[in-house]
Amino acid sequence: MEINSDGRMRAITDTSFYKNQTRIALRNCGLINPEVIEEYIANDGYMALAKALTEMTPQEVIDEVLASGLRGRGGGGFPTGRKWQFAADAKGDIKYVVCNADEGDPGAFMDRSVLEGDPHSLLEAMTLAGYAIGAQEGYIYVRAEYPIAVKRLNLAISQARERGLLGKNIFGTDFSFDLFLRLGSGAFVCGEETALLASIEGKRGEPRPRPPFPANKGLWGKPTIINNVETYANIPVILLKGADWFGKIGTEKSKGTKVFAIGGKINNTGLVEIAMGTPLKEVIYDIGGGIPNGKKFKAVQTGGPSGGCIPAELLDMPIEYDTLIQAGSMMGSGGMIVMDEDNCMVDIAKFFLSFTQEESCGKCPPCRIGTKRMLEILDRITKGEGKEGDIELLESLAKSIKASALCGLGQTAPNPVLSTIRYFRDEYEAHIKEKRCPAGSCKALIHYEIIADKCKGCGLCAKVCPVGAISGEKKQPHVIDKEKCIKCNSCFDRCRFDAIRKY
Amino acid sequence: MDDERKVSVKKMSDEKITTDISFTKEILTKYPKEQRYLLAILQDIQRHYKFLPRKSLSMVQEYFDIPLSRLYSMATFYKALSLKPKGEYVIKICDGTACHLRGSNIIIDEIKKLLDIVPGDTTRDGRFSLETVNCLGSCAAAPVVVINDRFFGKVTPSKLKEIIEEYGGNGDE
Repeated sequence: MEINSDGRMRAITDTSFYKNQTRIALRNCGLINPEVIEEYIANDGYMALAKALTEMTPQEVIDEVLASGLRGRGGGGFPTGRKWQFAADAKGDIKYVVCNADEGDPGAFMDRSVLEGDPHSLLEAMTLAGYAIGAQEGYIYVRAEYPIAVKRLNLAISQARERGLLGKNIFGTDFSFDLFLRLGSGAFVCGEETALLASIEGKRGEPRPRPPFPANKGLWGKPTIINNVETYANIPVILLKGADWFGKIGTEKSKGTKVFAIGGKINNTGLVEIAMGTPLKEVIYDIGGGIPNGKKFKAVQTGGPSGGCIPAELLDMPIEYDTLIQAGSMMGSGGMIVMDEDNCMVDIAKFFLSFTQEESCGKCPPCRIGTKRMLEILDRITKGEGKEGDIELLESLAKSIKASALCGLGQTAPNPVLSTIRYFRDEYEAHIKEKRCPAGSCKALIHYEIIADKCKGCGLCAKVCPVGAISGEKKQPHVIDKEKCIKCNSCFDRCRFDAIRKY
Repeated sequence: MDDERKVSVKKMSDEKITTDISFTKEILTKYPKEQRYLLAILQDIQRHYKFLPRKSLSMVQEYFDIPLSRLYSMATFYKALSLKPKGEYVIKICDGTACHLRGSNIIIDEIKKLLDIVPGDTTRDGRFSLETVNCLGSCAAAPVVVINDRFFGKVTPSKLKEIIEEYGGNGDE
């Protein structure tokens, strides 16, 4: 809650968190009751569908999406309209529309917010897509870890069917379309489009080489479009307000808005939707409210396991697909994790790589074996066993994996490592040459000690220690038993006299 | 200890199978014999038994007339499917980025000390299973621990100890 100088409470839209946001994809989230279809309809819901089906040809719908410049919000940033055009042009009577709602990037939850807060906008957009490309059926592939999303989607689908917004002869036209739900089963690689299709078909969710692209040969070999939840959430607004209106928001090459999930070492955690081109600084300081506990900003990680870390010197950079790629990161699905001086960049690289290594499906050797070798090297470095030449070896492995992996998961897996080497090479070197973790985070390289001169013997540290490693008489300097210490940092956080030293 | 554990796991799974194998039959009658329903069937079986019993898999195999290895390949590919029985309480520790930055690894270490299990394990008495999950989308409350369907946010080692004790687990197991 923010209070004005006259003591009155500030309206939510005037608070620093909201006033710099432009909400398109999240327009209804938190404002309407997602379980009541009338509330969606009352907010212009299904108006775009009515307009398209009764006043526009399928090609006009595609043209509008093309003209808006909308690009895929799931990561790659491929122009949505072109995807639709390919599928519309593909030969065949049976076509499919698929929604990728298998949001698996750690630290990103915007799709979940739309699925739970505004499920009908997804239904409307997918039906529009079906009309545009000539499909009769659509599938939503949603993570089983989102039980509320699954429940609300099921409810929304049955409400739409009851009101004739799904099913035969929608709005009394010749167009018929229906939607079905498929549940994911905890495999991150299923976010890759060909793997996702394999999973809907009831197989192991492994990717396959492209081409053929799904727009030509997708689900059960039929032309298929696959878009992400946030991409779809933009569609009804584009059709209602027009491509020109949408094109005025954002930058020349990145139109519209993007939702980011800000988290980590930041005061205001949550989803923010900003116009493309907003500087990173504004997101972190004005909307995010800066770094807690007076700590120093170190880097922001975007793009999840496929992205990279952006250091403080690039904070003025506008957020766009292309600027992020130039900086060695990517838009990805929109995770934005802020790190402060206490976070070790080698550990972060290791964290993301162990994620991709764990989620690698194993089909292609560069990803299966290459990421494993890279992870072993990183593990060695964080344990203080790094060797001269390890950084160069990491770089060369990364290059080969990027060039030869089968799918997006493998091709982008080395990015977190490469970007941290690019901007924080000195931290890698400190681990390898001096066996030191500058951030004081790598457990094998740090020790705790009580400075006897500063210790007042208050006993707080001993009380907070979860393993009973601290002992001492009251009002006398305490000591830490290094054998018992698990380096959990609790005592360090608790001490009011700066009497505990990390080294 | 390892042998002991295997024996108890085997005993547990056998018991379950003999009690309600009829559920597998019921599931199979609900789905047509098409590959597209295979994953959904395995998900249903997993949900009911909390794992995929060998007998159920044999029935699915017969129903679709496919090699058992195909089901095995599915079961080992998808993380939500399990060939081993899960414990009564499934502890999920979020190890997404935000939770990782705020110390989820410390929580994992703490569970190891309290219950002597690492991610993927079940305690010998079959009470607790430990898993790590990628992101639960609750980053503001990091680090997050979920036990069955109950969420615990901003977990610290001492808070964790209380939570585990509440579920009847103590350091002696």
